[in-house]
Amino acid sequence: MSVIAYIPNQEGIIKKAGFELASFAAALAEKMGLQAKAVVLGPMADEEMKKLGQYGIAKVMHDANESFGLLDNRATAKALATAAAEASVVVLAHNNEGKGVAPRLALRLQAGYVSAISGLPSSVEPFVVNKVVFTGKAIGHASINTDKKVVTLSFNSFGLHEKAVDATIEAFNSGCSASDFALSVQQTQKVTGKVLLSEAEIVVSGGRGMKSPDNWGAIEELANLLGAATACSRPVSDEGWRPHGEHVGQTGKIIAPNLYFAFGISGAIQHLGGVSGSKVIVAVNKDPEAPIFEAADYGIVGDALKVLPEFIEAVKELKKSH
Amino acid sequence: MKVLILIGNVPDTNTKVKFNADRTAFDTAGVQWIINPWDELALTRALEVKEAQAGAIESITVANVGRVETEATLRKALAIGADKAFRIDADPADAYTVAAQLAPHCKEYDIIFAGVEASDYNGNAVGPMLAELLDIPSIAGVSGFNVENGKAVFTREIDGGSQTVTAPVPVMAIVQKGIAKEPRIPAMRGIMMARTKPLQVIPPQAVDARMKYAGFDLPPAKAACKKFTEEQARELIHALRDEAKAL
Ligand SMILES: Cc1cc2nc3c(=O)[nH]c(=O)nc-3n(C[C@H](O)[C@H](O)[C@H](O)COP(=O)(O)OP(=O)(O)OC[C@H]3O[C@@H](n4cnc5c(N)ncnc54)[C@H](O)[C@@H]3O)c2cc1C
Repeated sequence: MSVIAYIPNQEGIIKKAGFELASFAAALAEKMGLQAKAVVLGPMADEEMKKLGQYGIAKVMHDANESFGLLDNRATAKALATAAAEASVVVLAHNNEGKGVAPRLALRLQAGYVSAISGLPSSVEPFVVNKVVFTGKAIGHASINTDKKVVTLSFNSFGLHEKAVDATIEAFNSGCSASDFALSVQQTQKVTGKVLLSEAEIVVSGGRGMKSPDNWGAIEELANLLGAATACSRPVSDEGWRPHGEHVGQTGKIIAPNLYFAFGISGAIQHLGGVSGSKVIVAVNKDPEAPIFEAADYGIVGDALKVLPEFIEAVKELKKSH
Repeated sequence: MKVLILIGNVPDTNTKVKFNADRTAFDTAGVQWIINPWDELALTRALEVKEAQAGAIESITVANVGRVETEATLRKALAIGADKAFRIDADPADAYTVAAQLAPHCKEYDIIFAGVEASDYNGNAVGPMLAELLDIPSIAGVSGFNVENGKAVFTREIDGGSQTVTAPVPVMAIVQKGIAKEPRIPAMRGIMMARTKPLQVIPPQAVDARMKYAGFDLPPAKAACKKFTEEQARELIHALRDEAKAL
């Protein structure tokens, strides 16, 4: 019996979310007295997969079929079900692929499923995990009553935990052939040279209080200096000031970075739903009564356009003194 | 093409969330119910395509698993423009029961749209589970939909970008933001017409839930915000490094 982590394969590379899943699977396996394994689908070099050993994964099952790059959720679920035939728990990333595959896998394994869990189970028997519900307004204690369990893990909720073991790589045949892949990809647009919002540890975000898309230069400069991603409130993307992919909140992306800057964002309940999991929130708003200050850890009642250049200078100074 | 859109009945996004005394169930007293935001966007987009291209979409059906109270939400979907509706008369105990109740009634549709999640329990499950029960492909993160030369074409969001994807029908699209700009609001004429559109009530089957909520908590209260003045902006950055250890 084992705990299996399905590691996102980002063009042959394992990113932080993958190592976090490995760390989580290893910790959960230890708690349950089981072995921690990982599954990688699609082409990846052995030395890349070996890195999972640093986070406690003893065995990596690998099917190198490049069709998995199509992100055909039905085929991926089939492959994972083969790999997880004897698993107790399978954990996937809470990204679009994970959200699309995990429920399908749960049905194949006749397993109960809980998405976006925020850490190890509070109890193993019965199996109870915590997850955010009502988009950040409450925490639910979800109890799975089947033998097998499938979960997705919220990014940045567990963190990286090193525990070096030697990972063995084992080729496995997932049983997927050409006829299992129904989707065809016509075109791909990649965003390059930017920190991805879904992976960022620091996020710099702007709202309607930024006044005009022309004022985003300062947000981008601060983000660049901090290695951060940029984000925005919904009206900002609705107005076309910023791309839709940057919209965070209830109906946009739900993020939980270590640090979230909100410039000129009022902090409507629907906005907070998407960012309240952030570890530290900094708010700059002209209005002392703005609800964002109830969610913020640090705040300035003032003009975002005046404060941004000060923040930029302060960060530059900090970097110099390093 | 026949389109089916799953309609979740969820509390208005402005709802202040409360639970019963022992915190085992959501307190629905005084709650206003709405169409789950992503479902409403999917419906809006399907209508746009249906209107823009004669014959591309033959009919739009909306479906919900829920008790009689959810009919107002289905009627709203009809008022926005769906052609017909069905409701399976069961409690939506968990995502699995919802998908299992729906599956026998979804075989005739070419494209099924489901929201990425419902804004109440944020389960991320019904759409992919239903697709698995029907053994049809599903596309996650769908932020665009069109019909080109009689074929369904989807845009989906992937880690670090987006893709244009096609699939043979029947297919399930798991919808997120972007598929339509603003949800459509029912017009008076639509509301009148919705009263006479078909809304079929289907008796449920016996299905057992696979997960349940043992309890709920409200998020821990945050410590008060530390306020700085505009002039102290640089000190705030220092506090982020030295005190919060966030830089
Ligand atoms: C179903 C539904 C879903 C929604 N989903 C989302 C969502 O996912 N994400 C989201 O963000 N919103 C969402 N909303 C919208 C949400 O209710 C708010 O309308 C929105 O978040 C407000 O955006 P904002 O704070 O940028 O703008 P505003 O509310 O206009 O606030 C602007 C703020 O900037 C401040 N300000 C103005 N000038 C300055 C200045 N020079 N310096 C500093 N501060 C300044 C003002 O005091 C004000 O607080 C949703 C709404 C609904 C109904």
